[in-house]
Amino acid sequence: MFLHDIGIIPGRNDSGEAGRGRSQLTNLSRRGFVTGSGLFVLGVTLAGCSTYVEPEVDADAFDLPEAGPSPLTEVKGGDATPTLWIELEKEGKVKITCHRSEMGQQVWTSMAQIVADELDANWDDVAIVQAEGHERYGDQNTDGSRSVRYNFHRLRVAGAAMKYMLIEAAALYWKLEPSQCSASEGLVSNDQNSDTLSYGNLAELAGKLQIPAEGDITLKEPDEWTLINKEIPSLTIPKLVKGEGTFGIDVDRPGMVYAVVARPPQVFGRTGSVDDSAALEVPGVLQTVRLPDATPPAVFNALGGVAVVAEDTWAAIQGRNALDITWRDGPNASYNSESYGEELKATARRSGAVRRSRGDVSSALGSATTRIEAEYYAPHLAHSPMEPPAATAEWDGDTLTCWACVQDPQATRNTLADVLGVDKENITVNATWLGGAFGRKSKPDFVIEAALIAREVGKPVKVTWTREDEIRHGFYHSVSAQYMEAGLDEDGNCSAYLHRTAFPPIASTFVPGLATPTDGEMGLGATDVPFATPNLQVESRDAKGHLRIGWLRSVSNIYHAFAVQSFAAEMAHAAGRDQKDYLLELIGPDRQIDPGKEGAIYSNYDASIEEYPIETARLKNVVNLVADMADWGRNLPEGSGLGIAVHRSFLSYIATVIEVSVSDDGALTIPGIWLACDAGTVINPRHVRAQLEGGTIYGLSNALYGEITARDGAVVQDNFPSWRVMRMEEAPRAFEVQIVPSNAPPAGVGEPGTPPAAPALANAIFNATGQRIRNLPIIGAQGSRLTLPQDDNA
Amino acid sequence: MAVTLTINGETKSVDAAPGTPLLWVLRDHLKMTGTKFGCGVAQCGACTVHVDGAPTRSCITPHDSLDGSEIKTIEGVDGRAADAIREAWVENQVPQCGYCQAGQIMSASALLAENPSPTDADIDNAMSGNLCRCATYMSIRRAIKDAATKI
Repeated sequence: MFLHDIGIIPGRNDSGEAGRGRSQLTNLSRRGFVTGSGLFVLGVTLAGCSTYVEPEVDADAFDLPEAGPSPLTEVKGGDATPTLWIELEKEGKVKITCHRSEMGQQVWTSMAQIVADELDANWDDVAIVQAEGHERYGDQNTDGSRSVRYNFHRLRVAGAAMKYMLIEAAALYWKLEPSQCSASEGLVSNDQNSDTLSYGNLAELAGKLQIPAEGDITLKEPDEWTLINKEIPSLTIPKLVKGEGTFGIDVDRPGMVYAVVARPPQVFGRTGSVDDSAALEVPGVLQTVRLPDATPPAVFNALGGVAVVAEDTWAAIQGRNALDITWRDGPNASYNSESYGEELKATARRSGAVRRSRGDVSSALGSATTRIEAEYYAPHLAHSPMEPPAATAEWDGDTLTCWACVQDPQATRNTLADVLGVDKENITVNATWLGGAFGRKSKPDFVIEAALIAREVGKPVKVTWTREDEIRHGFYHSVSAQYMEAGLDEDGNCSAYLHRTAFPPIASTFVPGLATPTDGEMGLGATDVPFATPNLQVESRDAKGHLRIGWLRSVSNIYHAFAVQSFAAEMAHAAGRDQKDYLLELIGPDRQIDPGKEGAIYSNYDASIEEYPIETARLKNVVNLVADMADWGRNLPEGSGLGIAVHRSFLSYIATVIEVSVSDDGALTIPGIWLACDAGTVINPRHVRAQLEGGTIYGLSNALYGEITARDGAVVQDNFPSWRVMRMEEAPRAFEVQIVPSNAPPAGVGEPGTPPAAPALANAIFNATGQRIRNLPIIGAQGSRLTLPQDDNA
Repeated sequence: MAVTLTINGETKSVDAAPGTPLLWVLRDHLKMTGTKFGCGVAQCGACTVHVDGAPTRSCITPHDSLDGSEIKTIEGVDGRAADAIREAWVENQVPQCGYCQAGQIMSASALLAENPSPTDADIDNAMSGNLCRCATYMSIRRAIKDAATKI
């Protein structure tokens, strides 16, 4: 998600300081392409019966004018200067800098595919350099499903520009025109004969040439792509299967000690008296560190409490167990999620602030033949990436270096500078691999803890969050209540549609007391509703936050799509119509929708509505496609049902059909899931399918089992038995994904699988059993079965 | 008090507090970080290793109970089943973030070593203790079946 979208935090695009900043992970020299001092290996190729020996290109033999500055610093998407992204080693390696965080979405692979395709590099030569957090890379906030969308164009330009210079260098060497040379798989060929020069060999000479302007280079047509839109194997998986690679929790530094933190159970609870004498008796425990109490707003700050520092993580955990701390209540001590939820539902029933309006809903409701209403409730959720938050911090005088599994190393660096009062130039933040993230690791509170503790201890410190810490001290997905009302005419068509949503906004984490759902959140599935009904109104109600509210995979789309797409099926039922047919009619004729023309302040995921319009034809196309895939309308046995939902989020169009089978005693299984996706241009179809599968299961896991509750301000759940996530045996037997072929601009894929999952499931359960699900979770942490309707209920 | 452990065929002397789980001995003392921490209460399987061939949750197994045992971790697990599983994992592009996959591979290779042609139910039984938040479950099922055809 995007704090600047919500209007909370101004965009932090401090002026770039290209080429400056100390980096241990990257070599950002802009003066030359080439690194490596090893011997140049002469390429030998056999062409016919003659043997060609590649000559070594001596860059010093060319007297060239000094190159001017890069003309590519401000192309669409940001800086496309090739040396910012690509480093060619003389020995042949092509090092591509990935400035986004790798968390399983295969961003290493997709970013490299984009660069290497336009560069015409040999894929086997590609290696990734993970960028540190720095403004020179532009936006590094790896959330919002936008790594490809933001960087597709500029990374293509970077690759193409470097290829242009390599060809120019070869032409110079051969005394030809560049047009008489061509590049392929890491070699420039002389088109007059079969001579070739490798990129590594040419790199030093190419590095002396002027970087071309965008108008000088030609990007490939889609039918010329060799890597983009191809199922290129992941660059991380060969390492992962051997236990290689460094996640945040794996970082090791010489002399490092290990810490865990006892945090106040309530947000803004305070640390009272502390007796650490028993903790210090635990073998391996070195010391304790009292952290400052947190004060509003929460932002990304540490939560306070007491750290236990030890020789290993286990000793630190044992030491923490032995602490005797008296916690003091803070302003959220009275938060009880059960009563809060009931109040929230009552709130959603009352009319609220109008956020989008068409026609006259109240009079249309008054004149409707049939009126239906429903209210939906969805609880707080925790992110629970398999790797809990972990960070390592090391001070050298006033200089701080951190290694952490962060989605946004720039926000981490900025927050560290703010909290610690240290000049940003003295802070380096290295992003490791992320063992899942789902939005949790956009919030660097755990890195702040590591830096604070390391400063006290005077040694490198790794802070590990236990699973209990992750579940009890998260930035939770908002609890929400929604009230829906519709009027149907005598033919069953929707003549009026009213949606009222109430939830504590993410902004409450950043601005104390802020309670009004933001335009950004309203645009995630509420104000962008695509229905054609002549009378439509979307309203919001304020709700106060009492936990840290944060963004979680697909954010407000989760509860909005659950309500909107469940209610679409409820309307179909009231009209006596098929769910899929009725959904298509609700969406209505082919057109582009601009919620801004009906009073909404709509940010369209930060994209222009002209470049990424809301197109009903694409929505209907994925509905029809998925219906065909699932053989919608087929006969199913008693207790089985199909359910459908469609939702546009992160600029992608996703329709999902889920088949459920429910036994007489309520045991639920999911035999199959079908999903159709139109995400525009896709970089790696295989990995996109994986994201859509993962997003769907994430949504289903939450819908079936996920619920975070609070009592007296403290989260009740603590580990996987009480916070339940889907296991292998509960996963669907079959999962089929189809991607609509498209050359439209690329859209997001990490999150859009999630929103339609819950309503498709709920709609399937209704078709299987007659039971309408309006409250989540469906089964809960302790349950094993659905509560089936009594005879008089349908 | 030093304890001698046999890990991936090598003997290692470890000086950790009595009762320290094998997980933290591997990760913090021996710097073998391929084995992951996920929950600490044997509910997620991220920490799975083999002890005398049996999949074992290292987060609740005291290291000083393993004298004389043969311990295998993701860094060193080998043999036909493990090789076939690794190959199938790459072939099927199973991992997403990969954090749980060391545990998944240890559970799957132990399953395949014991049962070279597992049914869906066998796979569910052997693998349901291994959580994956990226939801690679469908790929894991496919990969285990692929691996089974190769050994």
